[in-house]
Amino acid sequence: MPHWLQLMIDSLGPLLWAALIFTAPLTLLSFVLGLTLGLVVALIRLFGPAPLVPIVRFYVWIIRGTPLLVQLFLIFYGLPSAGIVLDAFPAALIGFTLNIGAYTSEIIRAVIGSIPKGQWEAAYSIGMTWQQAMRRTILPQAARVAVPPLSNTFISLVKDTSLAAAITVPELFQASQRIVATTYEPLILYIEAALIYLAMSSVLSHLQGRLEHRLGRYGGYIEAHK
Amino acid sequence: MIGLENIEKRFGDHTVLKNVSVEIDEGSVMALVGPSGGGKSTLLRCINLLEIPTSGTVRIGSDALTFHPGSKVATSAIQKLRRQTGMVFQNFQLFPHRTAVENVMEGLTTVLKWPTGRARERALELLDKVGLAHKADAWPATLSGGQQQRVAIARALAPSPKVLLCDEPTSALDPELAEEVVEVLSQLAREGTTMVMATHDLRLASTIARQVVFLDAGLVVETGPAREVFKNPQRERTKRFIATLTQEAKGGHD
Ligand SMILES: Nc1ncnc2c1ncn2[C@@H]1O[C@H](COP(=O)(O)OP(=O)(O)O)[C@@H](O)[C@H]1O
Ligand SMILES: [Mg+2]
Repeated sequence: MPHWLQLMIDSLGPLLWAALIFTAPLTLLSFVLGLTLGLVVALIRLFGPAPLVPIVRFYVWIIRGTPLLVQLFLIFYGLPSAGIVLDAFPAALIGFTLNIGAYTSEIIRAVIGSIPKGQWEAAYSIGMTWQQAMRRTILPQAARVAVPPLSNTFISLVKDTSLAAAITVPELFQASQRIVATTYEPLILYIEAALIYLAMSSVLSHLQGRLEHRLGRYGGYIEAHK
Repeated sequence: MIGLENIEKRFGDHTVLKNVSVEIDEGSVMALVGPSGGGKSTLLRCINLLEIPTSGTVRIGSDALTFHPGSKVATSAIQKLRRQTGMVFQNFQLFPHRTAVENVMEGLTTVLKWPTGRARERALELLDKVGLAHKADAWPATLSGGQQQRVAIARALAPSPKVLLCDEPTSALDPELAEEVVEVLSQLAREGTTMVMATHDLRLASTIARQVVFLDAGLVVETGPAREVFKNPQRERTKRFIATLTQEAKGGHD
């Protein structure tokens, strides 16, 4: 067996383990929390209350206008100077959640806004309240339109969690760095790490396709709005 | 009885309805005719309060709401009045993510909290009435325009509204498809459904309306029994408008 293959096989266990206990939970938790935050922010930006609107706009502006790596450093290395000390994993979770919240709020705002006004009116005309119209008529349609952009965000997130290595979270990429430190084989180890990220993204892309197909079963409904 | 009293509606400083008062008897059909931009849609939407009148009174049965400039009416009061109406839109506006029968059930299950089984039963009856029982499980996107509009009529009727408001229900449809919608609406009229209908379709207006209101630039120019207004309009503006419609109808259908 060639040396490089032997090395890859030997490292596979520790790398997958790091992916399983750090990369996956960090990705899933920050996506779920971030999406919830994004929905709240989008609803505030679309419907108020008015005093909160400038606050959430400021939040989105800051997050989208600064590098994610800088945000993570600020939270993990910067905040202790202000008396807030966080462990690496919670610091990364907060950073990624805030990031996902800002980006998904823009997506959610756009897809809710893209549902024709006539759908609100149809819902109101059969007696629905605002909440009922939102829940039964607008969100289900918006969700379908949102699947492709939200899936892209999710897949980017899987890869971006590698930035957490820089604030000492022992996730997949950091695990590969540590093996490099003892084996001096950066080319092989980083290719292996890249392949594992590639495999995770590909599985997610496939799942995205299946989800779109399932949600798409009611056919070209855009036609119905003409 | 459905009534509007001294309704005024402004968008900014553009007054779209000026002191409009009309009364619709229970069981009768009123047609709103007049040139585009005359305020027909706005008037209909003031009845179910999709637009809030700037001032005036909207009355449905024993419920009435009076509006004044600058004062807000409670959402719950608006909802109570609105729930006594049903609306049919020019471009159907079926819920695209629900099947035909689910569209019709939606008001019953979500708003009136009927159990699903009972709602489905009533929805199927209504689909049968508009001739679409066989399309109950079809998605709206797979239905023709005429079929979509008939499902929309069934959806509007499901909660048994006191009045059915129709905003140019046939004008997005080709003549053959319009025909099947006219038939359904005529049938409803014969059964005594109270309706207010904005329309450019003289055939629709003259076959089913008992009363006609001619609306131009936000004013009620002429009103009266349908036969009289169409055969023997009193006002010059009404005469000219009906002449153009008659010509259009000849040119368009032959
Ligand atoms: N939401 C709105 N904002 C501003 N102007 C409006 C609005 N809705 C209708 N209008 C105006 O009100 C007038 C009457 O419109 P409408 O009621 O749609 O007439 P019709 O249905 O008879 O064609 C038009 O001049 C239209 O531009
Ligand atoms: Mg109109």
